[in-house]
Amino acid sequence: MDGMQNAKNFLDVGALEDIAPLGARTVTTTLGDIAIFRTDGDEVFALRDQCPHKQGPLSQGIVHGKSVTCPLHDWVISLQSGLAQGLDIGCTPIFAVKVEAGRVLLALP
Amino acid sequence: MNVMVSPRKKLVVIGNGMAGMRTVEEILHRAPGMFDITVFGAEPQPNYDRIMLSPLLAGDKSFEQIVLNSLDWYVEHKIELIAGESVTAIDRASRIVTGEHGTSRHYDILLLATGSNPIVLPLPGVERAGVMTFRSVADVENMLEIAGPNKSAVVIGGGLLGLEAAHGLNLRGMEVSVVHLMPTLMERQLDASAAHLLERSLTQRGMSIYTSANTESLDGEGEGGPVHSVTLKDGRRIKADLVVMAVGIRPNTNLAKAAGLACDRGILVDAAMCTSDPAVFAIGECIEHNKACYGLVAPIWDMAKVAADHITGMAQTSFTPIATGTRLKVSGVEMFSAGAFMGDETTDDIVLRDAARGIYKRLVLRDDKLVGVVCFGDARDAGWYFQLLKDEEHLGGLRETMIFGPVTASADPNEALACMPDNVEICGCNGVKKGTICAAIAEHGLKSVDDVRARTKASASCGSCTNLVEGLLKISLGAEFSATAVKPMCKCTTHGHDEVRHRIKGGMLKTIPAVMQALEWHTPNGCASCRPALNFYLLAAWPEEYADDAQSRFVNERMHANIQKDGTYSVIPRMWGGTTTASELRAIADVVDKFNIPTVKITGGQRVDMLGVRKEDLRAVWQDLNAAGLVSGHAYGKALRTVKTCVGSEWCRFGTQDSTAMGVALEKATWGSWHPHKVKLAVSGCPRNCAEATIKDFGVIATEAGWDLHVGGNGGIKIRVTDLLCKVTTEEEVMEYACAFLQLYRTEARYMERTAPWIERVGLKYVQERIVDNAELRRSLFEDFIHAQKFAQIDPWAEETSCSTRGQKYDAMAELV
Ligand code: SRM
Ligand SMILES: Cc1cc2nc3c(=O)[nH]c(=O)nc-3n(C[C@H](O)[C@H](O)[C@H](O)COP(=O)(O)OP(=O)(O)OC[C@H]3O[C@@H](n4cnc5c(N)ncnc54)[C@H](O)[C@@H]3O)c2cc1C
Ligand code: SF4
Ligand code: FES
Repeated sequence: MDGMQNAKNFLDVGALEDIAPLGARTVTTTLGDIAIFRTDGDEVFALRDQCPHKQGPLSQGIVHGKSVTCPLHDWVISLQSGLAQGLDIGCTPIFAVKVEAGRVLLALP
Repeated sequence: MNVMVSPRKKLVVIGNGMAGMRTVEEILHRAPGMFDITVFGAEPQPNYDRIMLSPLLAGDKSFEQIVLNSLDWYVEHKIELIAGESVTAIDRASRIVTGEHGTSRHYDILLLATGSNPIVLPLPGVERAGVMTFRSVADVENMLEIAGPNKSAVVIGGGLLGLEAAHGLNLRGMEVSVVHLMPTLMERQLDASAAHLLERSLTQRGMSIYTSANTESLDGEGEGGPVHSVTLKDGRRIKADLVVMAVGIRPNTNLAKAAGLACDRGILVDAAMCTSDPAVFAIGECIEHNKACYGLVAPIWDMAKVAADHITGMAQTSFTPIATGTRLKVSGVEMFSAGAFMGDETTDDIVLRDAARGIYKRLVLRDDKLVGVVCFGDARDAGWYFQLLKDEEHLGGLRETMIFGPVTASADPNEALACMPDNVEICGCNGVKKGTICAAIAEHGLKSVDDVRARTKASASCGSCTNLVEGLLKISLGAEFSATAVKPMCKCTTHGHDEVRHRIKGGMLKTIPAVMQALEWHTPNGCASCRPALNFYLLAAWPEEYADDAQSRFVNERMHANIQKDGTYSVIPRMWGGTTTASELRAIADVVDKFNIPTVKITGGQRVDMLGVRKEDLRAVWQDLNAAGLVSGHAYGKALRTVKTCVGSEWCRFGTQDSTAMGVALEKATWGSWHPHKVKLAVSGCPRNCAEATIKDFGVIATEAGWDLHVGGNGGIKIRVTDLLCKVTTEEEVMEYACAFLQLYRTEARYMERTAPWIERVGLKYVQERIVDNAELRRSLFEDFIHAQKFAQIDPWAEETSCSTRGQKYDAMAELV
């Protein structure tokens, strides 16, 4: 996150309905793949598509509440903070993302 | 108008919080119906568990889950609740209280339980929007209005409350800084070593900690704008969309003072919890007794008992302050401290430090007695230490090993529990002692943790003592406990697998949300452990109707391929009974060339594995394989995997039956079926058993006379040789028995339980009674299986390539390059 500056450059990456509820899709970027998650309350979260454990693709995990369980070794990562939950320690970067008029807008730092 | 005068005395309670309602409960317990009770609460909600505000803030609990007394409870006990109205005046002469909206009630006995108010530092900018405290549900709602990813929060105060707020906001995705005046965090509960570990652990969780830091001002745009940053005395500035002040509490005495009751720091009470007016009692955080005020619930529960004894006139008890310990609820950080943990020149220390594991324990001893304790990183033995401390026990020989906990040598943790005296506190939140729990188990025949929760409140709040409660059930009930208690499916529910399956059928529950609703799941949409199980149970229960939920499938089943450690996939087409043809092999070779697939391997299941296929290529690979007649091998599924065969009588000089043809027929009948776990079959042509049928879930071995049917074998982690189910003579019988067996397994076993552990659990005899002895049941199981297969035998690869919207999950949503 970027300290004092707040204005972000949001880019349209697709429609909310392109992501299944409790599912995820990826966006290919120069910073690597970013996973966009959709909760059952239609909130969206964007995380780097890499588990802090051994780089598992988080976009392929099971989404529950505001967390995702990594498909490789079941670490649970908070979608809100990118932090590993429970006793595991690790963090994956999060990105600003929002939905406006049904479009998913992602901001890259 | 009703002119009848109630013969009952009138009790009015001011403060609908933890202390007030606990006292009411204690009163009802002693003398139900003695009083007409009215409760005034300034907060609009029913009484809730204030301790649970941090899980509420973190999103781990919903408000419903932290309610202690529901609105129904008040109705049931005929208590008048006036919620959302603060009492503004007490007229002691005429015994009337009046609320801010003008409601007034007469009392015979008045109970003040007004709690305390958070201290707000008079800093410049404190009135700005975005600056708040952490005391009530309303505060949490205010925080959540602002909280969110990419926003920043500053928590002023690095004590227990401040750190819980910081943790919750961190989980909400905020950039969190903690500003603490003292050089170390939680200096009132932790020594420097433990505080250092705590600081490290919080920093690893992404928080910024500023110690020895004094706040200068809370800044924003102009005079009245919302807060945007915090400036420290040394000039440093921290961005802040939200500022939480958690610097302490002050007993709420305003009303009592105005009514002329004796107050100092708190409302002064005697050991009977009675104020300077004999008709007015006070309890909880608002009181002061013997110059001490209280900020934790444990002593408040004692006050509630004493107050109830006196208000009902049942007993002349008196309040004696007890030592209290502190636990931090910040998840993943276990800490406990109590007593004089800092030590002085008259004390000795025993210290255990394991920096790599983040564990630190310090026991402070004076004259052979434990006077203080700090546990960080591992607080399992905290209860035991705390009891030694409270009992002022002479340590003697214990001193040598006590740092390692109560059972240094014994492997059985219940032994330690059994040795503990009855007055050891098991549940810190609700102040329930071991003796109380054991007595309740014996007296009311309690069988489960839920029963104990309902009866004693033990483990009903934060739940960190659930293991201890379970241990006590085990000690009290012995073997009966394991027989009666069910292990919950996962932490999202208290129900076990069998109960859930039972309720799905019985309750006609047909979707995952319906199951979660009806069975009162604790989480909004389960977890990675229960969702796949529920999806399978529904599929097995309602084969025609249930719409599979892809999001509740583990990645392999969702993607119809096995994920590899680098995120690529492996593709294994079906080779019926291990047979293949030149054209199939040619198609595989072409696909490997066309998509540059790095590895091709013959699997242990008699087929070909293409490893390292990129997610984006999966559908094209399947399309080409489908064109050559190859379909999914379900090598990724809790499903029918392989049917291994040997060459059998067609070629082998020992073969007695055509094992290959039998295997192919079995695979054609059973492919596509979903199961609690993977299922493997094999058919060998003679007892030499080249297809290894005796370590398969269902194994068939040909003999001169017919076929031997074997069940419950397992290679894998824990090898198990099959049991002989029975002998049959015809191929039709093999088919019927196999399908009936699979159907019994898939409708009765628990998710993730393979046939081997299932049979060990239910017994071979149970299976034989159903499949061998009961022809009618066997027939109907067989028919159910065949019926379900009508909806299951759809090649997922063909389905995925033919439907364009399903294809989404294989491709990126956008490319920003
Ligand atoms: C590909 C294969 C190894 C090979 O190269 O031969 C294989 C590969 C895997 N096996 Fe296996 N098993 C393979 C045959 C076996 C066999 C041999 C057999 O089937 O005769 C066994 C022992 C027999 C048995 O199951 O009882 C076997 C016992 C296991 C186990 C232990 C199961 C158990 O009950 O203890 C696991 C772990 C699990 O399922 O939880 C496992 C899990 C796995 C997984 C799926 C690990 C995973 O979860 O990602 C591997 C996937 C690799 C991949 O990405 O493709 N694999 N695995 C074989 C595929 C057979 C096929 O054609 O479908
Ligand atoms: C976030 C947080 C975490 C905590 N964690 C722990 C913990 O882990 N362990 C522990 O032991 N303790 C913990 N505590 C402390 C514990 O919650 C308190 O000790 C306990 O709630 C005190 O009970 P009480 O009834 O005295 O006060 P409260 O529960 O505050 O109840 C007082 C009630 O009176 C109402 N009221 C006040 N004035 C009036 C009026 N004039 N008219 C009508 N109503 C009025 C208030 O609105 C309030 O609802 C925590 C507290 C907080 C805030
Ligand atoms: S034996 Fe182990 S390493 Fe080999 S395929 Fe099976 S699971 Fe993977
Ligand atoms: S890579 Fe995510 S849990 Fe191992």
